[in-house]
Amino acid sequence: MAFPDRIERTVELAHPPQKVWAALTTAEGLAAWFGDEAAIDLHPGGAAWMRWNEEGFTARMRVERVEEPTVFGFTWGIYGLPADDPRRTYVEFTLEPAGAGTRLTVVESGFAQLPDDAHSKAYEGNAGGWAKELAELASYLDAA
Amino acid sequence: MPPEAEAVAEQVFAALADPTRRAILAALAAAGPATATDLAGRLPITRQAVAKHLALLAEAGLVIAEPGERRRVRYRLQPTPMQVAQQFLAALARDWESPLSALADHLDQRA
Repeated sequence: MAFPDRIERTVELAHPPQKVWAALTTAEGLAAWFGDEAAIDLHPGGAAWMRWNEEGFTARMRVERVEEPTVFGFTWGIYGLPADDPRRTYVEFTLEPAGAGTRLTVVESGFAQLPDDAHSKAYEGNAGGWAKELAELASYLDAA
Repeated sequence: MPPEAEAVAEQVFAALADPTRRAILAALAAAGPATATDLAGRLPITRQAVAKHLALLAEAGLVIAEPGERRRVRYRLQPTPMQVAQQFLAALARDWESPLSALADHLDQRA
């Protein structure tokens, strides 16, 4: 299978899970290492965002799993697709005690979602919508 | 990922590997649907070469032929295959190494 649906990375951290958990799940923590600014409503279904000032980019997330201090999961949009595209990847951090530190695993999955029929139709509808709007504008201008 | 998605992505990458086809797709993206004659007027290639590339792009589902004015065929970009290929690129472009090493540095600094 040449098409990766998930990517996984593991890192050993010399700090206990509780400290790692705070870095992953608080606005202060996320803004310190991930984005430049962040906000998070830490419960399943809660909203979160991170902003990168230099890039002028904001990632909007939805918190999915909160099992302190072992599992934190959220979904976010697929980078490179339009902001209103319904497809999202799921990111899950798993924290395991490892000696005095923590083994942190991050898995991001859902890269291989296919645009379904509904999505294709919505997109076509959108494209058709623009053509129609532009045609209406053209007739309006022609009539003026 | 179903095999058909991989086939779709393969056709997109094959189409984009050729500079003339990239120029045709870029022209359609920039200025909207156009006939082979329109495109030949805007690009440094013959109408015959444009028509050959358009046929290949239509076969790959990247452009759609539709009736235009005076019964001439117009070609329009079809973005869905690009989005399938874009998901493949998104997985390759996602960088977890940098943020995870930034996390390790952040925790070490606070220790």
